[in-house]
Amino acid sequence: MMYGYTWDTSTPLTFALSILPILGIGLLVTLKAAAVGYAIALVLGLVLALLCRSKSRLISWTVTGFTEFVRDTPLLVQLFFLYYVLPEFGIVLPAFMTGALALGLQYSAYTSEVYRGGIGAIPRGQWEAATALNLTRLQVYRDIVVPQMIPRIVPALGNYLISMLKETPVLSVVTVLDMLGLANMIGERTFEYLVPLSMVGLIFLPMTFICSALVYMIERALPKSGIPLR
Amino acid sequence: MTWMQYLAPLLKGAQVTVMISLASIFFGAILAFAAGIARTSSNRVLSGIAFVYVVLFRGTPLLVQLFWFYYALPLIGISFDPVTTGITVLSLLTGAFGAEVVRGALLAVPPAQLEAARALNFSKSYTLWHVSMPQAIIEMMPAFGNLAIQNLKDTALVSLISIADLTFQAQSLRNITLDSATVYTLTLVGYFMIALCLMFVMRFIEMKLRRGPAFPRSAHS
Amino acid sequence: MTSIIRFENVTKRFGALTVLDNFNFEVQRGEKVTLIGPSGSGKSTVLRILMTLEPFQEGLLEIDGISYHEPNGRGPFKASEKHLHKIRSNVGMVFQSFNLFPHMTVLRNIVEAPVAVLKMKRDEAESRATELLRMVDLYDKKDHFPSQLSGGQQQRVAIARALAMRPRVLLFDEPTSALDPQLVGEVLGVIRNLAQEHDLTMLLVTHEMRFAREVSDRVCFFDKGRIVEQGGPEQFFSNPQQPRTREFLSSFLGEQAPSRESLRRVQ
Ligand SMILES: Nc1ncnc2c1ncn2[C@@H]1O[C@H](COP(=O)(O)OP(=O)(O)OP(=O)(O)O)[C@@H](O)[C@H]1O
Ligand SMILES: [Mg+2]
Repeated sequence: MMYGYTWDTSTPLTFALSILPILGIGLLVTLKAAAVGYAIALVLGLVLALLCRSKSRLISWTVTGFTEFVRDTPLLVQLFFLYYVLPEFGIVLPAFMTGALALGLQYSAYTSEVYRGGIGAIPRGQWEAATALNLTRLQVYRDIVVPQMIPRIVPALGNYLISMLKETPVLSVVTVLDMLGLANMIGERTFEYLVPLSMVGLIFLPMTFICSALVYMIERALPKSGIPLR
Repeated sequence: MTWMQYLAPLLKGAQVTVMISLASIFFGAILAFAAGIARTSSNRVLSGIAFVYVVLFRGTPLLVQLFWFYYALPLIGISFDPVTTGITVLSLLTGAFGAEVVRGALLAVPPAQLEAARALNFSKSYTLWHVSMPQAIIEMMPAFGNLAIQNLKDTALVSLISIADLTFQAQSLRNITLDSATVYTLTLVGYFMIALCLMFVMRFIEMKLRRGPAFPRSAHS
Repeated sequence: MTSIIRFENVTKRFGALTVLDNFNFEVQRGEKVTLIGPSGSGKSTVLRILMTLEPFQEGLLEIDGISYHEPNGRGPFKASEKHLHKIRSNVGMVFQSFNLFPHMTVLRNIVEAPVAVLKMKRDEAESRATELLRMVDLYDKKDHFPSQLSGGQQQRVAIARALAMRPRVLLFDEPTSALDPQLVGEVLGVIRNLAQEHDLTMLLVTHEMRFAREVSDRVCFFDKGRIVEQGGPEQFFSNPQQPRTREFLSSFLGEQAPSRESLRRVQ
């Protein structure tokens, strides 16, 4: 029994159906972790991308090195690092928040590259034209850079959201009871892993499939010429 | 214990990590070509099977796949040792992502090249191997480089099915020493160094393929 | 003379667009025929159907007495791959954009098909390729890659590559349209020499009117998927019968004046 739901292991089908509500609770945790992690990734990635464009060599190189390091090392180890090391510095977070933070950190390395690519794809001539028109820095970004970046970066950012969603099960390793964590617990108690684990896979499949289709449709729908903010 | 003493177990784990990564990149590449070519084939059955494989492995989390092969499959009588399981699952995953790269690159070969091959009466398979593939493979290399790094990072999960890789060694070390900061910093640096080597190797292969005047303009920056 | 190509009531559609509607057309063995006509009239489509790059929906098409469709043929081509293979062994094609294989040297581009398809021995294929390269005056470039050649040189290699398969019918789809004006002459020169060969049937789509007049046995004016007018070059160009032909020729000569000039320069 878990969360007040009992399971019925008489046949695989009844078993699958009876654990569905439990996995549903796990699914909410999964989605929440992905949402929080993604929010962190979007913001932190932007900060990293802007720092990277800093005039100071020291800052831009440090940030470039940091993002490269985060990008090329495993999420799991970064998760362990945060989970065990942060408390040593007096930062005690619930496991869920640590997990979301780890996801956000890892994916900020990806999103920062997406932002940088988006900014870098604006032709030099446009910056020069903006300078010639005497636009302020804010105006340049708001009226010229960002509108053209949107159609370029949104599909890439969407694909990273899907990847992140698929990596949330790693959080179960640090006691977060997401779908996989719950499936494993059910497995431990019933000695029957096939059904719970298959169910988790079967729930992920349509989620990622639909999200991919959505990203594809958004990509097609966005005007390539850009979206004015005003 | 000082950090110098951590190095021996971590290096031992790193060896396992490198072995698993290289093996699954190798088998993954074979699967990627097989499934990628099958996806572009006009044979419905072949392309259907490849499609299902790719969707299945791209659409589900690696950790679920790993646990499924490790905990669930033995219950229906199929079991392997952890290392075989780890390499199998990682190969299947890398192969599924690689298949899309192979397919994309094959579809990007200019149709005019295929028409020229047809006008010279090349068979379909000859066209694939001697006209399309040599041109496509160079376009695949940057994406394959990213997949190799992704594969390396993914190997960390095999520590969860009791394979003594770098992450596994780090965990045991931390449990003994409780010196989390040092152990995990060293571990992360270890992965980063392996990743740098892997990137270097992939760049080298790409350069080798790209050498000569055949593809002067398509060179990546 | 017997006809080597025979279109009989061929209909070709792209979706709702009918490009060829009950098209009838014959080419005699060894004949050099030029197709001219406005853009989009279906000239390339005729060549591409002959090269089996495009299927057609209705009618009969024969090359050297062999029908393109098999009695029980399936698929868009209504023929097996084996049958298409047999048909293609009669035909070669030179494309507007050359379409050389970028990853092969010039020599390799020419040798590849005879070795792979005709199962010729490599040294035999190479000596024949050498001969062909001498003919198009590019022997010294045999170890270069296509990217190292000019457009005109690439097109000459492409002609040698097509000839290496010993086709009976050689199709040219605007072979000089992608070239800088000063490179047109060298390619036309090679085609002109080829036109001396008695056995080779040539079907040529071009906008080089002067050249068409020089090398063809027959000129066909093509419009909206039909042959509006055809005849010997002298009669066709000096005394076109149809108003549509006259209109085309006059508008055309006006537009294309510079390239005609350049052609005259290199000759
Ligand atoms: N693959 C295709 N799909 C749909 N329509 C096509 C296709 N290929 C050609 N067409 C159409 O068929 C018609 C004839 O095309 P074709 O290329 O044969 O003309 P053309 O006489 O060679 O013209 P040009 O002088 O421009 O080369 C055109 O209207 C063209 O738009
Ligand atoms: Mg054309």
